[in-house]
Amino acid sequence: MGARSRLNTSIPDESQALQRIPHDLAVAVDPDDLEAHDRNWTPLKIAIWAAISLLGGLSWVMLAVVRGETVNAIWFVFAAICTYLIGYRFYSNYIEKHLLKPDDRRATPAEYKADGKDFAATDRRVLFGHHFAAIAGAGPLVGPVLAAQMGFLPGTIWIIVGVVFAGAVQDYLVLYFSMRRGGRSLGQMARDELGVIGGTAALIATLVIMVIIVAILALVVTNALAESPWGVFSVGMTIPIALFMGCYLRFLRPGKITEISIIGFVLLLAAIIGGGAVAGTEWGTALFTLDKVTIAWGIIIYGFIAAILPVWLLLAPRDYLSTFMKVGTIGMLAVAIIIIRPEITAPAVSEFAANGAGPVVSGNLFPFLFVTIACGALSGFHALIASGTTPKLIQKERQTRFIGYGGMLMESFVAIMALVAALSIDRGLYFAMNSPAALTGGTIEGAVAFVNGLGMTGVNINTDLLAQTAKDVGEATIVSRTGGAPTLAVGLAHIMQQLVGGPAMMSFWYHFAIMFEALFILTAVDAGTRVARFMMQDSLGNFFPKFKETSWRPGAWVATAIMVAAWGAVLIMGVTDPLGGINTLFPLFGIANQLLAAIALAVCMAIVAKRGLFKYLWVVALPLGFASVITIYASFLKIFSTVPGIGYFAQNRAFSAALADGKTSFGTAPSVEAMEAVVRNTMVQGVLSIVFVVLTIIVIITTIQATIRAYRKHSNATSEDAAVQSKIFAPAGFVMTPPEKKLQAEWDAVPVGKRPKTAGH
Amino acid sequence: MTASVGGGASFRLLLGARARRVRWWVRALMGEDAYDKYVLHHEMYAPDAAHPLMTEREFWRDQTDRQDQNPQGRCC
Repeated sequence: MGARSRLNTSIPDESQALQRIPHDLAVAVDPDDLEAHDRNWTPLKIAIWAAISLLGGLSWVMLAVVRGETVNAIWFVFAAICTYLIGYRFYSNYIEKHLLKPDDRRATPAEYKADGKDFAATDRRVLFGHHFAAIAGAGPLVGPVLAAQMGFLPGTIWIIVGVVFAGAVQDYLVLYFSMRRGGRSLGQMARDELGVIGGTAALIATLVIMVIIVAILALVVTNALAESPWGVFSVGMTIPIALFMGCYLRFLRPGKITEISIIGFVLLLAAIIGGGAVAGTEWGTALFTLDKVTIAWGIIIYGFIAAILPVWLLLAPRDYLSTFMKVGTIGMLAVAIIIIRPEITAPAVSEFAANGAGPVVSGNLFPFLFVTIACGALSGFHALIASGTTPKLIQKERQTRFIGYGGMLMESFVAIMALVAALSIDRGLYFAMNSPAALTGGTIEGAVAFVNGLGMTGVNINTDLLAQTAKDVGEATIVSRTGGAPTLAVGLAHIMQQLVGGPAMMSFWYHFAIMFEALFILTAVDAGTRVARFMMQDSLGNFFPKFKETSWRPGAWVATAIMVAAWGAVLIMGVTDPLGGINTLFPLFGIANQLLAAIALAVCMAIVAKRGLFKYLWVVALPLGFASVITIYASFLKIFSTVPGIGYFAQNRAFSAALADGKTSFGTAPSVEAMEAVVRNTMVQGVLSIVFVVLTIIVIITTIQATIRAYRKHSNATSEDAAVQSKIFAPAGFVMTPPEKKLQAEWDAVPVGKRPKTAGH
Repeated sequence: MTASVGGGASFRLLLGARARRVRWWVRALMGEDAYDKYVLHHEMYAPDAAHPLMTEREFWRDQTDRQDQNPQGRCC
């Protein structure tokens, strides 16, 4: 019992008072044993890490240096996995050892606040799945698809390197700091660390950013379902399916979640297949072919009703379905990519990276690549999850690395797979699908003329390809299906049909993918509206105290209506935008998400500074600095650029001037109404950009102030909860290390009834 | 021959263990074990009059009602 023989050796920590060994069993592996194991480089271990490094290095060479006609998708997979392994093993280990110093002798909130419900210690492997399901949604699937216009290399590097140094660091730090504070939310931590001004700015920014994110996710789903009777039918069917599941769980068999999820999944497949049959009939086409505006209104009405219905009826069952689909489909796609190994014909870096004139999303590589791909590399939204549910469920402090850092690496891998799927389709087809209708005219002839007119080397499409692809996937047309979801669906269908079903199954897989994305998005819309509503009620409550009573129905309805109106207005603006919608609004989504990341990292930096860990401050300062530069620069371009394609106000001035000159059409706007719409939209978008960037600058300034104050005072203050002795043991990572195995065996030897009771109440 | 039968049996045993692990993981991932965990927690502390043990049906209702009051974000 190594742990017992070397009692109280090191850890000069505030938690010195904690016993290493309560009762008869150690609750933590001795840090010396851990360190010894860590530093014990056996020949086998050296060989394994050398092999990982070599394979990773080779993959990067294949991607970045070797330029053949095509590059095989397997190199993306190897480059990603090897880099993740190295980042996890070495960088996250460094952060753990020097910056966070988790102490498994301390009880986590799940242990000392245990109530058997919200605070409940959860097995690390299960919690990893939970956390992953909560953070990964449509974001990592959409952003990389849009960024593929710049070629495969910039996106790949940002997704893989960005996650190691930024995204995963943010998730890990926020999760850890929130766990040390009893599961406090990001907003509360911001107030504690940054004071009233910084905290309030962070809170308002979070609320506005949430509105924008929900609106643009809804726009993605609207674009995917427009003019698609099959999609509308099958996605629409998820509502009655979820209602049925909800009633089943409420009244028939409470708690049988897996059972009903399987039933729901089978019904979902039936809805997809049925959608094909319905769309094939005359009445089906007539009834379910809806235009964008109708669908957008449908989603708005749906969003309001879904957010005021009780959770058990719609949200909870659809969440089960979405978790089931998410974990299953992502696993399936990974297997398919590894088996099929598609060849990628896209260039490593395309001309649009430098000239910023890409039709999919406008702007140069720097900074717009880094805001187009937010989720998957660095996603601020995760900070809301990592400071919400997950820290209340974590069993032992050292597990935060596996769940926080590891969970985000997993999401990054999803983004890489989405990128591969989008790149595996024909390059011309990609541009035909992702260029706005304002440029292609929405017809296959127009799309062919536009795409071939872009003058890209090796790109030459014809109307047959576009017509045939539309027919293969069971859609009327695939021209200008912007938003990323349809492109990903074509890519996924293209890969999956090679594995299962052949070309005849292409349409099934396409609609399977659309359904898969729509499920996440609708769940995110519903959950986002609810969370925003509570924030709204809390804020309104400062003026009208009655609003603080969350069970007061009219208050809930008013707050919900305000939130739905806010994102609904942005959504309607997006679908009616004469300039295209996604290409003008998506940068706002990325900027919002990254600004939230900057806020979360700023809070982390203030915490680190207050603890006096200035030597390791760079771990936080690096991603914070990068995210701030990228997003503030991108915001400034959006506000001040004189290029109409990039600057919202430049566009606004151009269209205002055209209207003043009495023109009746200008650019891609065919009428005076359309021109007026552009003037209105660009003004709203520009003002939103200003609001975001101002709030974020306030947060960053208050953080720098807090950091300097802490430095001058030689602060070692902490806002953590008091340390409580832990009475349980669990391993930290996915696989047990030898010292953990030894201790676990000691625990396993004790009869269940004799194990120490956990703290709580 | 006995060896091959024994091998088959232990293989099936191993497969059974694997299947149980997968079943455990899926159940826990979907949150189906929440009631079991609650009961376990409740048993550790002698139930008092203020907090009587909820039945399975009551527990699940209480769970979704708590979610109504405390919504959890889902990410993009």
